[in-house]
Amino acid sequence: MAKQIEQLDRVIIRFAGDSGDGMQLTGDRFTQETASFGNDLSTLPNFPAEIRAPAGTLPGVSSFQLHFADHDIMTPGDAPDVLVAMNPAALKVNLGDLPKGATIIVNTDEFTARSRAKVGYVSDPLTDGTLDGFKVSAVGLTSMTVAALADTDISKKDAQRAKNMFALGLLSWMYNRPTEGTTSFLKAKFASRPDILAANLTAFRAGWNFGETTEDFAVSYEIKPARLPSGTYRNITGNLATAYGLIAGSRRSGLPLFLGSYPITPASDILHELSRHKRFGVRTFQAEDEIAGVGAALGASFGGSLGVTTTSGPGMVLKQETVGLAVMTELPLIIIDVQRAGPSTGMPTKTEQTDLLMALYGRNGESPVPVVAPSSPADCFDAAVEATRLAVTYRTPVVMLSDGYLANGSEPWRLPDVSRLPVIEPDLATEPNGPEGTYLPYLRDEDTLARPWAVPGTPGLEHRIGGIEKHAQSGDISYTPGNHDLMVRTRQAKIDAIARDIPAMEVSDPTGDAEVLVLGWGGTYGSITAAVRRVRRAGGRVAQAHLRHLNPFPADLGEVLRSYDRVVVPEINLGQLALLLRGRFLVDVIGYNKVRGLPFKAEELAGVLQEVIDRD
Amino acid sequence: MTENPNGVDGPGHEDGLAGLRLVPRTDTAYKMKDFKSDQEVRWCPGCGDYAILAAFQSFLPQLGVPRENIVMVSGIGCSSRFPYYLSTYGVHSIHGRAPAIATGLATSRPDLSVWVITGDGDGLSIGGNHLIHALRRNVNINILLFNNRIYGLTKGQYSPTSEPGKITKSSPVGSLDQPFNPVSLALGAEAGFVARTVDSDRKHLTSVLRAAADHPGASFVEIYQNCPIFNDDAFEPLKDPSSRDLRLLRMEHGEPLRLGPDRGVVAGEFGGLEVADVAEVGEDRLIRHDAHREDPGYAFALSRLDRPAFEHVPIGVFRDVRRPTYDDLLNEQIEDARSERGDGDLEALLAGGDTWTVD
Repeated sequence: MAKQIEQLDRVIIRFAGDSGDGMQLTGDRFTQETASFGNDLSTLPNFPAEIRAPAGTLPGVSSFQLHFADHDIMTPGDAPDVLVAMNPAALKVNLGDLPKGATIIVNTDEFTARSRAKVGYVSDPLTDGTLDGFKVSAVGLTSMTVAALADTDISKKDAQRAKNMFALGLLSWMYNRPTEGTTSFLKAKFASRPDILAANLTAFRAGWNFGETTEDFAVSYEIKPARLPSGTYRNITGNLATAYGLIAGSRRSGLPLFLGSYPITPASDILHELSRHKRFGVRTFQAEDEIAGVGAALGASFGGSLGVTTTSGPGMVLKQETVGLAVMTELPLIIIDVQRAGPSTGMPTKTEQTDLLMALYGRNGESPVPVVAPSSPADCFDAAVEATRLAVTYRTPVVMLSDGYLANGSEPWRLPDVSRLPVIEPDLATEPNGPEGTYLPYLRDEDTLARPWAVPGTPGLEHRIGGIEKHAQSGDISYTPGNHDLMVRTRQAKIDAIARDIPAMEVSDPTGDAEVLVLGWGGTYGSITAAVRRVRRAGGRVAQAHLRHLNPFPADLGEVLRSYDRVVVPEINLGQLALLLRGRFLVDVIGYNKVRGLPFKAEELAGVLQEVIDRD
Repeated sequence: MTENPNGVDGPGHEDGLAGLRLVPRTDTAYKMKDFKSDQEVRWCPGCGDYAILAAFQSFLPQLGVPRENIVMVSGIGCSSRFPYYLSTYGVHSIHGRAPAIATGLATSRPDLSVWVITGDGDGLSIGGNHLIHALRRNVNINILLFNNRIYGLTKGQYSPTSEPGKITKSSPVGSLDQPFNPVSLALGAEAGFVARTVDSDRKHLTSVLRAAADHPGASFVEIYQNCPIFNDDAFEPLKDPSSRDLRLLRMEHGEPLRLGPDRGVVAGEFGGLEVADVAEVGEDRLIRHDAHREDPGYAFALSRLDRPAFEHVPIGVFRDVRRPTYDDLLNEQIEDARSERGDGDLEALLAGGDTWTVD
């Protein structure tokens, strides 16, 4: 039967099921198929912190949202066009996010009275009118998977577990996705389990064939590849891009990478990834706690490595004392904080931007550190390289504020030309710099105010550093009032002067006469940009800028802020950047703040911007 | 230089210490003064730290290691000022964290001789976690714990090694804490090298330092150290010439464990050890000290001979057992990966498996 093919410019699909249903894998595979097809895309995994919450319950629902298009897109999408619901819990948790008219593919096999009761459905939502206004495709995903595997030796339980591959096959057919990648992925993943491999491949093909033959699905869809700038692309998550950025920073600086880390959601994947790259001379050290992780990293930095630690908010708190030591000893150190919802344990798998003030001010004493933030999953690479550049050049700890959304979300990444990445000069000290052949560890470079960095093993430059206040040149212990004042100011001046070494603000203001500026930082870039596009498409005038550097700010930030009548600052916190901007520039910025553990929706932000534009 | 008794990876060169296998050698004939820094030593008059510093400075030339390849790492406390007074590289870090910082340094720089200086508060209280993990991991560092059984730098509160009932500023009617026995704790963490010595006995102190440096992997040395200001004469029974020889059980590998002329150590009940009169039990029943026993149980039993009033206190090397060090194993993994698949290629890494091209 010849089927109709309909052209679409973009689709948002959400796969939702139980934590054990393999939704993350399914979403990831669909993403890879979509990436290799050449669409632009953006993803939003959303899963519980519990590894296996009780099966079929509302807290156990895990989902993966994918937005893909034939043009460049900025976000994983506000609301799904298609929901794949593997059980009643997945339907109940996600239904509220769907606009009327959305398609719901539902696994009818799981809608038993018992499963429905578990999530509070008194009657059957498939028949009681709950889904009126939606396009519902009721499919027995589990039973058809089991039937497809009836001729194999595989257990019924294993057969049922392959239902996610059946669903993937069906969706791959619906959206005309290439399947070679998934086939070879499964072959690699289950190379040592031929029976499981065969079951997954069979289920995958059965899902595809079902779509092609059943009359339930009359139409399949085509979304043409996006016209992205030329180059070689791959799909990449924020955590992977961060790991690669650190390796690149190590290569470009010639400093061996040392990661001291303690597992924590959502940062652990960076530790996992870096532990696989020993060929690059990467040493990973899984410490006994967060404090030891950063301590070992700083010890490695003292020895001439690129010391890095990775964590999230609750771990960041514990590391701050050591970050202070790195400020005092003026050694390179990179602290990656993948922010998550807090305070305390908060919501470990949900995103937030609430560690900005902690990164800047969460230490005792005047303790300035540069802070950088990536704006998208792929941008984590560039941000990590920049963190390396600043840390090594200025002999300072640098905090990189990633977040849970960037860490797990993915997008296509145009591979950089490795030879054009910044060259980072460690410029290790090898000769005495003081009178009579002495070495003065705090005698600064006049330009950067960085101190010399002599590593153990260098003869003649033996010296002692530590957390006690230092004499401004010799580094000897000093409690002299004037020296302390000088050192406090010098440490601050060194960080402030980095403003000369970072790019000026880039403001997008196509009409040149916008009165409203929207200024963001970090992981909200996609949502803000999508909102700005909406406003502009509707004829609104709005300027947009986004901060990579949170400390120091670009030198012209104040000027930019003052050149607009109103400045909107959307943040997934209660106004941390806004507080800084008001304090620093006396500009009464308008905050827009939501802390729901999720990225902003573009539509919502567009509404906010339009409202501010419309103010008199 | 003793032969490696355990048949594990032996010393890399015949004239050096096994713990310094990967550290460069020097022919420079250093003197004690070569290891003195230009800093004025600022401990209280009579502090035991002076004696330890002098012993250490006169010991360092024995290592045969270039001065620039020696690093001292300390935490916070009186003892942690130690690095400032040595002309080597040094880090005076933060409270309790020296073992963690030294771990990062030693694992990334196997060509360094790394020494951690800590105290009973720094190492056993705020830094207890890092200490036990550094020991179990067996990183090639030497940890010297100066035990004066009191907080000195904060002016006299009880410490995790203070005797119960200690009257201090923070325990005016007596402390309630049961103390740690640092040697038992280190052995509980299965440290490969555990020893104890005394600040005032330079010869013994130096021999223990040498044995610690000879041990590849983590070495733990408890040094009884007098604080003349806040806990004076805490170890007096072990120092008074009229009583010390009856109380100090000087352990020598291969020799019977004797305590003064009349007593010695024999096997007790439940795997424990006891002190007995030699005349009663006979010379043959005395335990011959074996620092190389794989099972830490014997060394642990030795550490339990300690008594609150120092009736008998073992000093010397409790345990000296060699096993692969963490830093060697980590660096082997890197070398193996490189020799099997070559040095990493950044461009190939970034491209990964699944790429597509847009013209």
